[in-house]
Parts: sequence; structure tokens; C-alpha cells
Amino acid sequence: MNLIQLKAKYEEIRKLVVESYVWKSIFRHGYKDTPRNRILMTASNVFLHLHPSKIRRHGIKISYTWCAGGLTFLFFLILTVTGVILMFYYRPVAEYAFIDMKYLQFDVPFGMIMRNMHRWAAHGMVILVMLHMFRVFMTGSYKPPREFNWIVGVLLLVLTFLLSFTGYLLPWDQLSIWAVTVGTNMARATPLLGNEGPLAEQMRNLTGLITPRYDARSLLTAGTIVGAPTLLRFYVLHCIFIPIVAAVLMIVHFWRVRKDGGISGPL
Amino acid sequence: MAESQDPSKKQLIPASSLSPDKVHTWPHLVRNEFIVGLIAMIGITIWSIVIDAPLEEPANPTRTPNPSKAPWYFLGLQEMLVYFDPWMAGVVLPSLIIVGLMLIPYIDVNPKGAGYYTFRERKFAVSMFCFGFLVLWIFLITVGVFLRGPGWNFFAPWQEWDPHKVVALTNVDLNMWVAQTFGLDFLRGEVMAALFGLGLIGAYYSVGVTFYLWKGKANETIQKLGPIRYGIVAFLFLTMMALPIKMILRWTLNIKYICKLPWIGLNI
Repeated sequence: MNLIQLKAKYEEIRKLVVESYVWKSIFRHGYKDTPRNRILMTASNVFLHLHPSKIRRHGIKISYTWCAGGLTFLFFLILTVTGVILMFYYRPVAEYAFIDMKYLQFDVPFGMIMRNMHRWAAHGMVILVMLHMFRVFMTGSYKPPREFNWIVGVLLLVLTFLLSFTGYLLPWDQLSIWAVTVGTNMARATPLLGNEGPLAEQMRNLTGLITPRYDARSLLTAGTIVGAPTLLRFYVLHCIFIPIVAAVLMIVHFWRVRKDGGISGPL
Repeated sequence: MAESQDPSKKQLIPASSLSPDKVHTWPHLVRNEFIVGLIAMIGITIWSIVIDAPLEEPANPTRTPNPSKAPWYFLGLQEMLVYFDPWMAGVVLPSLIIVGLMLIPYIDVNPKGAGYYTFRERKFAVSMFCFGFLVLWIFLITVGVFLRGPGWNFFAPWQEWDPHKVVALTNVDLNMWVAQTFGLDFLRGEVMAALFGLGLIGAYYSVGVTFYLWKGKANETIQKLGPIRYGIVAFLFLTMMALPIKMILRWTLNIKYICKLPWIGLNI
């Protein structure tokens, strides 16, 4: 079989596949570079139709957006994937948590790199979300009609901190519990609601509440110290509650970017 | 793929299908995202292969490490604890940061500078944000991460962390300092101290009101803001500046509290 025959054969098979009923049921349009196909590429793809099919030229400049928002989302996805893998091997119980970390590091195939990626991507996401906020401020992108989306963004910034902070406890080593102890101790000083905060004594006399066991801090730590109940509470917040809330707010955030006129730019 | 190598490809996209400043998302944006995402993924993978995440000894509630540091992104707040009590540094100021950030779109009425980088057209907004973000957030985090050691004492990066470093605690409350320096001994009592402190704080915030009455009529920006928005801006600005003011008072005069209300545990 010479080359020409081979090419003809390839073309024949290609046609058979591409024009088959099954293929066409999956892919609704061709790949030929036409304006129609370029638009269908974004408009008929559930993931890409996050974007408009046409976009203003300045909005795709990396020097304008720094890609910070998109990279934050990418890092959230990396964290979701690596986090789910870690969940298979980790038990949020004080007796087992640290042992499971060692198990992950030394026994689980690819356990170490999954843990490393989860750790470093978490730091990366915190840095990226702060950079994204800085960029959005510097370009005045919170100005009308994008005021509300800035608020959603601030909430997502706070949730990113909380995600990172709740995850900080899970390795259950000295670094974890003392960092979380320092962090949660602040809540003890909440005015009115913290056991040692301003007006706490008056609140205690008035309501009988606000004791070391029942105040703003113990709401976070599920007890008077950072202990086993705290670990479980932070685990549930870290793996279920905060990611769901953050995901919902991200949907709103991305949707509003589109609805408020796409990426900001000079009029 | 054969079509895309066709030299006549350009003719397939007539210029008329796009308004002049718009491009197709596919391929122009998707290509950028793909390349940047790929670089980020490769970067984080290599980083994770080369550098292991830290894991110290098992948690031990009976052994407190010195220093105990919060995660790095909270070290700016932990650094504020040097200058303010926990209820301020850990609760009130962080809450005000979050609320203040959310208010930005509603108090910045300057229509200019939307969608492009500019300093000249929004000097006040940009300098305030940069001061808050770069100095009071990023810089304080850097101090907390690199320059704080045992006892939360200050250590230069080349100094060894000496857990027995003795730092004289010579801080005095502002009323005592005034009483000492100017011989006003009546300020030493608790009640007088409280009145003195509250008066000072009242005077500090009334700077905003005074400025409004003095410049408000003539200043176009203040006119555009109106009294309510101006009030919020002035309050947030003065509260933000309270931190550097307290820091400087601590460094120069060793001032501990400006205002003390010991009966309700409220010291500033």
C-alpha cells in the first residue's frame, strides 16, 4: 500500500467515524475554522459558555487581568480534587488524624504529593485571591454596575481565609493546634459574646450565658480548648460546609461578571 | 487540522462579523487561559515534588511552642495585638476591614478610572487602598512572619531566637504619661482617666466633622459625597489611621492605652 492509498483509507475511516450517528450526537458542529464554529465552540459547550462568545480585545490581556481570578478558580479545583483524594485516607479523630498523616506520607501511593499539592495550592489560592482583589480595585472594576459583585468577592475572600484556616488544623500536629489556638483565642474577646470580651460580665449577669464553655469561642472550638471535638467541627466545616457556600457564591460571582457587562474596561 | 494550516484561512473570518474592538473567545481567550493554566499546573506540581509540606510532632495541648503563630495570612492581625487588646485587634478591626471593603463601591462616587489602571484620576481612593493593603496588611504580615520570635519579641532575620530575651515592659497609659510630663496629677484617677480617654477619642473622630464644616462647602468631592457617605469615609479613614498612630505612640512614648474603661473591660 503506498502513501496515497494509505491517505485515502484514512480519509475513508475518518468520514465513517465523524459522520456516524453516534459521533454527531456528541459533537454538534465541525472543527473547521469559520466564524460560526468559533462561536459554537463557546456557546455549545457547557464549561466554556461561562464566557461570552465574543469578548472585548482589552479584556483578554494578561497585563490587565493578571489571570488572578481565573487562577484562583483553577486552584480551587486543584484543591477539590486533591482534597477528595486525601479524604479517602484521613480520619478526623484525634487518635487517628496524625497517624493518618504519616500513613499518607509514607504508605499511600502518591499520598505525599497529593498532600503537598493540597497544602501549597491552598497557600497559592490565598495569595491569588488577594492579588485578584488588588487588581479589581486598581482597575476600578467595582464601580457601577459591578458594586454587588465586589461584595460577593469580599465574601469569597473571607471564605478562602476560613477554608485555609479550618484546613490548618487537620494535620493535628503542633503547628496545627497552636496556630488554631492563637486564632480562635481572639473570639474569646468578642464584645458581649466572648467570655473575656468587653461587657462579658454584664452579659453573664444579665443572661446567665457567656461562660468559657458557651461563648463565641466555644462555638468555633466546640469546647474550652482546641481538642477532639474541634477537629471534627473544623473537618466538617472544611470539607463540606464552607466549600458548598463558596461554590454557590462562585456561581453567583461568575454569573454576575457576565450579567454586569463582562470584564470591565474603558467605555 | 488540515484546514487551519490552509494559507487562505484568514479569508474565512470576514472582518465584518466582529465589531472592531471584539475578538472571538475561541480561540483568543481560551488559548490564553489554557497556556496560563498549564503553566500554573506545571509550577504547582514541580513545587509539590520538590518541597514537602511541613509536619511537626503530634499535637500536644500541654506543650505550648514559643512563639505560637497563627497561619501567615492572619499574622497582620496577630501583629496588631501588640498595639491593641484582643477585642480590638482580633474582632472589631477585622470586622471593620470586611465591612469597609464591602462598602467601597458605595462610598467611592468617582465615576472615573473604571476599567483601566490610573492613579491620577483617583488619587485618594488608590492611595488609601494601597496604604491599607500594602502597608497595614502585607507589610505587617511580613513583620509577623520574619521578624517576630519567642515572646513575640522583635528579632532581625540574622539574629538567633533567644527565648530568654528580656524586654523591659515600661509601657504607661496615656493619662499617666500626661500627668507625669505636665504635672497634671488629677488625671491619675480611674474616672478622670476614662473621661480623658473618651474625650481624646471623641476629639479624634470629631476631626472628621470639623473638616466637613470647614472645607465641606468649598470642596467639590465632599459635596458629591454628601454628609452620610462622607461620614462613613471619614470614620473608616480615621479608624484605619488609628493603627499607625497607636504604633508610633508605642514606639516613641511607650503608650499602652489611650482610653481605659476597666469596669466593662474596654481598653483602647
